[in-house]
Amino acid sequence: MSNIPDITVQNLGKTYEVPQREPGLGAAIKSLVSRTTRDVEAVKNISFSVAPGEIVGFLGPNGAGKTTTLKMLSGLLHPTAGEISVIGHTPYARHKNFLNRITLVMGQRNQLMWDIPVADSFERNRAIYRISHGEYNKTLDELSTLLDLSDLLSKPVRNLSLGERMKCEIAAALLHRPQVLFLDEPTIGLDVTMQRRIRAFLGEYNRRHSATVLLTSHYMADVEALCKRVIIIHHGELLFDGDLSALIERFSPHKTIVVDLETERADLSSYGEVITAEGNSVTLRVPKTKTADVTGKLLANLPVIDLTVEDPPIEEVIEQVFSN
Amino acid sequence: MKHYTATYWAFFKTSLLEQFQYRAAMAIWMISRILEPIIYLTVWTTVAQARGGSVGSYSPADFAAYYIVLMLVNQFTFSWVMHIYDFRIRQGELSNFLLKPIHPIHADIAENIAYKVLTAIIIFPTALLLFFLFDPNLAFHIQTFAVFLLALGIAFLMRFFIEWTLALVAFWTTRNEAINQMYFTLGLFLSGRIAPIDLLPGAIQTLADALPFRWAVAFPVELMLGRLSQEQILNGFTMQAVWLLAGFLLIQLTWRLGVKKYSAVGS
Repeated sequence: MSNIPDITVQNLGKTYEVPQREPGLGAAIKSLVSRTTRDVEAVKNISFSVAPGEIVGFLGPNGAGKTTTLKMLSGLLHPTAGEISVIGHTPYARHKNFLNRITLVMGQRNQLMWDIPVADSFERNRAIYRISHGEYNKTLDELSTLLDLSDLLSKPVRNLSLGERMKCEIAAALLHRPQVLFLDEPTIGLDVTMQRRIRAFLGEYNRRHSATVLLTSHYMADVEALCKRVIIIHHGELLFDGDLSALIERFSPHKTIVVDLETERADLSSYGEVITAEGNSVTLRVPKTKTADVTGKLLANLPVIDLTVEDPPIEEVIEQVFSN
Repeated sequence: MKHYTATYWAFFKTSLLEQFQYRAAMAIWMISRILEPIIYLTVWTTVAQARGGSVGSYSPADFAAYYIVLMLVNQFTFSWVMHIYDFRIRQGELSNFLLKPIHPIHADIAENIAYKVLTAIIIFPTALLLFFLFDPNLAFHIQTFAVFLLALGIAFLMRFFIEWTLALVAFWTTRNEAINQMYFTLGLFLSGRIAPIDLLPGAIQTLADALPFRWAVAFPVELMLGRLSQEQILNGFTMQAVWLLAGFLLIQLTWRLGVKKYSAVGS
């Protein structure tokens, strides 16, 4: 791994000018004469960098500025403030050498041609990216195996299920072997099996080709499985950038203790907040600093069969982050 | 250049495949494209007969020749990009094009050519049929035909460039249809579709000379019919060259400004 980051973002900002209008006919007529606009800051002063081969989860609620940032990184949007460098290029210049080495997959958009077989759309990309036939066949073989595409290639896109289409979209976006992958909700709307499949594929692709991946997803399972590091933005601002474990450490002041007892229905509310109590098993939430203390007391005072201390689910932690 | 040929070939093949899916729609479109010149031909033939045999320098056989060649020229030079671009921009489909390391106009040109090749299956037999039905006054000279093909090629490109520029207006207006309709109406008069341009009033002829429509459609037609003097032919090619260059420069400018706007506000 080289020390030069693949992605460097410094003080990045994007402000949209949005026309503002009151509802109603009167306001509509008024807007013909004087148009008032309002500035909306979608992204505010964000800085981070991503090393080659790294997979970073880019998290935030809807409207946080994730897609705007990904669009700026892939050259579709022009930033209003700050600097971006992706593999040595300024994205919005859309230099051919830049476009040849990146890809952007948006889970809600598609690039494949609707009416023709998948393989023909792929062939189109082969020609656009000027991939030699030898190289193309090798890549297609690999992608077909990893994503199990062989039965899909001869079908027109319109005959594919959402999950099948997404697999083909991802393959189409990777035919030119990009170094940097921007993935915006690549698993959105897919069932659990398909999500897992795509997740596994992305992990494998990253390992094989040391590709750099910046991924947004609302499914924490994606993030936990793929990303050691996460960047969280909220209202356009960067809230956290670091290891997933550090995130939990920092934003979750609680731990969860699950105790299995020999006897039933012990009232443990004096030890901590009881979340569930089913049969012999009780789940407690305790302040992180008191974890050792509470654990000790439980073991000393009660007939404990089993006891585990866990971090709260990542969803809960993220919720905690956004509520601050 | 070799790369471009390979890319165009791939675009051509996939466009052909795609359009083949819409055979029925294509046939219906073709009917209206064929009917238009036949209607004008019938009208003008009737007028000529009522006037004792001709209108201006056009006899019914001349009108027949004019409209059969016009049908072919219009078919091979028309484009539809301006009707789809606002959709591309509004739906964000343009983003797909912007992420690719090739200018999107190439795919559109290749798609247009594919369509023309596919519809040739309909348009050539139709022309042949009309030839036997209307008995046109059309002599074939290989030299004239060669010059005609050159004019037709330039006409295709200049018309494509101009209409692609028009399509890009969608970057600034969300609905392009009003502008498209105006372009269509102007074209109907000034490209010689409603009547041969030398039958129109002088002022309109002057306007037709100054605008691109005539040079994209009527000029190759009149050339093929052998109605133009050497001087007029030279003048025609000069005007074609001017509009070809103007269209090319307009595309560069509008595309640059349009993408700048698109990347400022997003889709």
